[in-house]
Amino acid sequence: MSFYQQYGIVAIVAVFGALLYAVIMLVNRIMRPTIPSPLKLSVYECGVESEGVGWSQMNIRYYVFAFLFVIFDVEAVFIFPWAVIVGDLDATTRISPVFALVAMFLFIGTLLEGLAYAWKKGVLTWE
Amino acid sequence: MTAHDLVFVIVGLVTAVSAILVVTSRHLMHAALYLALTLTGIGGVFLVLGAGFIALVQVVVYVGAVAVLFLFGLMLTRAPIGREALDSQNRGLGLAVAGALFVLLAALIIPAFGGESTAEVTGPTIEAIGIAIFADWVLPFEVLSMLLLAALIGAILLARREAGESGTEAEVTRIEMGEALADEPDRHEAVGTSAPAGELGAGGGR
Repeated sequence: MSFYQQYGIVAIVAVFGALLYAVIMLVNRIMRPTIPSPLKLSVYECGVESEGVGWSQMNIRYYVFAFLFVIFDVEAVFIFPWAVIVGDLDATTRISPVFALVAMFLFIGTLLEGLAYAWKKGVLTWE
Repeated sequence: MTAHDLVFVIVGLVTAVSAILVVTSRHLMHAALYLALTLTGIGGVFLVLGAGFIALVQVVVYVGAVAVLFLFGLMLTRAPIGREALDSQNRGLGLAVAGALFVLLAALIIPAFGGESTAEVTGPTIEAIGIAIFADWVLPFEVLSMLLLAALIGAILLARREAGESGTEAEVTRIEMGEALADEPDRHEAVGTSAPAGELGAGGGR
């Protein structure tokens, strides 16, 4: 498949999605009656009334989760090429399917050790 | 001008405009989000150049992880964030440095590759990269997992110090939402007697 066949479809889906959203919102705006009232801006069945400003400081402990996310994000990058080829492997290809499977699970297993370490250290629990 | 060039120009324009908005935005959070858009645009440039895997890495790692870290860092340290006078008064210097860099890169790239005949770009497919990793580069691939593991453990060690270890933060580091600390004098006392030197959050220990 050429570049345009591959990504043209993606572009068409993106454009169609944006158009669909625009049309729905436009029709909504045309058809609805407009009766503004301050009561409509109040919190209704959506939790407690919020206090203070929206940009409050987050708890610093969230940063550990961000760290963990970055590491496993980089891991995910290497799973993509593996996932693309692993289905096509058989005895005739240069790589045997078992070898690819073992290699990937060694990779994932090594990183799971890190997750186990984080778990053991109590990073994942919220006191 | 082929359709390819057109796509490249559109993606490049989006990238350039959002990059300018990063440095001109008055809102720190907006600047970070424009940075994410810029990095996505660079991913689009890679895609146009036929480097699908690099584009994927760009989007997953830079947009997904690095930009998220930026936003986390802002929310954790610079809150409350709002409209502020973000102007270091260094526009002239910044413009000069950016312009000099542009001229330098153009002076290097144009003589080096300017005479090359244009051809349809076909980067290595993601299948080729996968075959290469698992046929020829398995050992570096496994060593890489060790590197990531080391980074993970290092991050945990840096982020979390247990009670009794060296360093000032013990289990009593209480940096929480705003006024919560002021409302808890009894906790302050209890903590103060047990670990006076390790106290950071309540403001009395140091």
